[in-house]
Amino acid sequence: MNFNYGETKIDFVKHRKKFFIFSGILAIVGMILLSTIGLNLGIDFESGTKVELLGEEGLTADIVYTEFAEIGLEPDDVLLAGDRNEMAYASFIGVLNQEEMLTVQRHFDTSFGAEPNISTVTPTIGRELARNAFFSVIFASIGIIIYVTIRFELIYGLAAIVALLHDAFFIITVFSITQMEVNLPFIAAVLTIVGYSINDTIVTFDRIRENLKYEKKVKSFEDLARVVNKSLIQTLARSINTVLTVVFAAGALLLFGGEAIRTFSFALLVGLVAGTYSSLFIAAQLWLVWKSKSLQKKRFKTAENEA
Amino acid sequence: MVKKGRIVAFFLIVALLAGLVSTTAMDNAREIKLGLDLQGGFEVLYEVHPAHEGDVIDEEVLKSTVTALNQRINVIGVSEPNVAIEGENRIRVQLAGVEDQQTARELLSTEAQLTFRDVDDNLKLDGADLREGGASVTFDEANRPEVAVTLKDANLFAEVTREVLGSQLVIWLDYEDGDSFMEERLKPEAEQKFISAPSVSEVLNTRNVRITGNFTLAEAQFLADVLNAGALPVSLEEVYSNSVGAALGEKAMERTIYAGFIGIALIFLYMLVYYRFMGIIAVVTLSFYIYLVLVIFNLMNAVLTLPGIAALILGVGMAVDANIITYERIKDELRSGKTTMSAFKAGSRRSLSTILDANITTILAASVLFYFGTMAVQGFAVMLIVSILTSFLTAVYGSRLLLGLWVNSRILNKKPRLFGVKESEISEL
Repeated sequence: MNFNYGETKIDFVKHRKKFFIFSGILAIVGMILLSTIGLNLGIDFESGTKVELLGEEGLTADIVYTEFAEIGLEPDDVLLAGDRNEMAYASFIGVLNQEEMLTVQRHFDTSFGAEPNISTVTPTIGRELARNAFFSVIFASIGIIIYVTIRFELIYGLAAIVALLHDAFFIITVFSITQMEVNLPFIAAVLTIVGYSINDTIVTFDRIRENLKYEKKVKSFEDLARVVNKSLIQTLARSINTVLTVVFAAGALLLFGGEAIRTFSFALLVGLVAGTYSSLFIAAQLWLVWKSKSLQKKRFKTAENEA
Repeated sequence: MVKKGRIVAFFLIVALLAGLVSTTAMDNAREIKLGLDLQGGFEVLYEVHPAHEGDVIDEEVLKSTVTALNQRINVIGVSEPNVAIEGENRIRVQLAGVEDQQTARELLSTEAQLTFRDVDDNLKLDGADLREGGASVTFDEANRPEVAVTLKDANLFAEVTREVLGSQLVIWLDYEDGDSFMEERLKPEAEQKFISAPSVSEVLNTRNVRITGNFTLAEAQFLADVLNAGALPVSLEEVYSNSVGAALGEKAMERTIYAGFIGIALIFLYMLVYYRFMGIIAVVTLSFYIYLVLVIFNLMNAVLTLPGIAALILGVGMAVDANIITYERIKDELRSGKTTMSAFKAGSRRSLSTILDANITTILAASVLFYFGTMAVQGFAVMLIVSILTSFLTAVYGSRLLLGLWVNSRILNKKPRLFGVKESEISEL
């Protein structure tokens, strides 16, 4: 897998409209899904109680319901998990009080031989978590725009942010489609992808900036397109190798990491694919379109001045 | 001419590092503090409300509440408690590795306001009249456990017993406005909210007061403990709680570490196959990088949580990226026809600004996470920042040093295949 730009002729720029349309459609689909079926919010963001049980192999929902009935509780939902159904999640819509929680812990400690995990969240806390995460992304974006504007140029920063939001939104859309539970680690994953996406985009932009310096005169859209294509091909080996190694890590976490971080690793994997796609096909192309517009404006102005 | 000295230096450095890692790695790994999601324990977020109407919750009150909570945790004997003020009126308590979660939780949330009242619920004595640390468990003639408390002033008790002479003195724990002795005494004994209501038949001029209340030994000990730890100046409401059973926590940790090993092994394999000789350097620096992150993490006294392990593994990815960026640059330079030595120099130099910009933006994002995130997210962010800074040290400077020793020994001259570059790809200068 060597991408020698002398021989390799991949024209990324030519197909840019297709990529824009593809991502645009995805964004619209995402918005429709979010406003209709929405996300499957875990109790980290809703209010309620989640009890995580570790028992013998081959648990069934009936066993779990019967066990809870013995202490006078009825879960609103029971989900089985684990490779051999040795785990179960029971959720309650309301918040169990301290006494009920202690009863649950004591009961399963004796009947299943392992103390269960119990988490409860009241509605205010759930909303605060979601709001904090949202603001984190916004503030991180502003910080990144400022940094990139100082080190590069405003257009780079804006294109990078579009790519970043694209990736975050892509993960959210996939979670809306699959209806996997959105919990606290999910937020950590989205934020990781925000970091990764920006990292990936900056590496590409760095090469564009460098190649632009070597060009004597960049006048037309074609000149810019040539620079973008050349830069993308030069960084292609790095982009693919890096995403592959990180995918190895995230994939191993997904396959072998167990229930506790399944959501995290799945979101990470989806985000990595989106992040690589957006750096190559969205960020660089957007920069190209915006940059050529600003060049045209400049040329127009100089023409006016000369006249 | 090959300079063998540099190759010897390389093997010396690697042997030194290997020696350091193999002798101290296990000790370091054992010392790392595990979060409650990895070893079991619980976490509660309390919202702080005034204990009495009209009380104001300010920083002062929050701080003294934290002190009182810490004293109670000492009673339980948890080694690494974490009690922190969050926002304007919240306190988060994290107890990892606590054996008896049930008792711990009860102990924490009890206000422990001991009051003595008359039968019409008028306050006669309260916690402020007790001598600090003066509570203990004693036994009556029938060997039933009771709680002995010490008053600050003997005259005070004489005065109170004179006032209620011939009636009863009602002892309450956490009396709330609206509670009434007249109503409670009609209830069956097990449901009564007050502890006991002894009849007073003589004036007692003593500092030592014994509370008899049908306690079990454990209950008596509990009451003595909370009284000694001090009353909470506020009332606490649980708004979020998360408890992890020890078995489940252990299982999660084992699986995550197992998955991490597989992921890292795959990365190493890929680097070796794709970058050949430079891959070996990458494997050396990456191994040392993982060790270094754990050491730094230990020094910072940080707590390793599940998201933290995930961040560590992701950090390996970032460190690999720094290697990949440099190696791709070196390959580019080799393909353009430069000699091994000048390709190494140019490649290292030109990749630095790329790595710098990419890493700074990621650190920027991680810092925002740390600032706005909740505990779990913060653990992730800290680990990510530590990882990126460390990877800078190992993947940029470490790699450069080790690879530089080989390159400058001239043994690699005119052997582009060792770098994964085919002769046919090299263009003439």
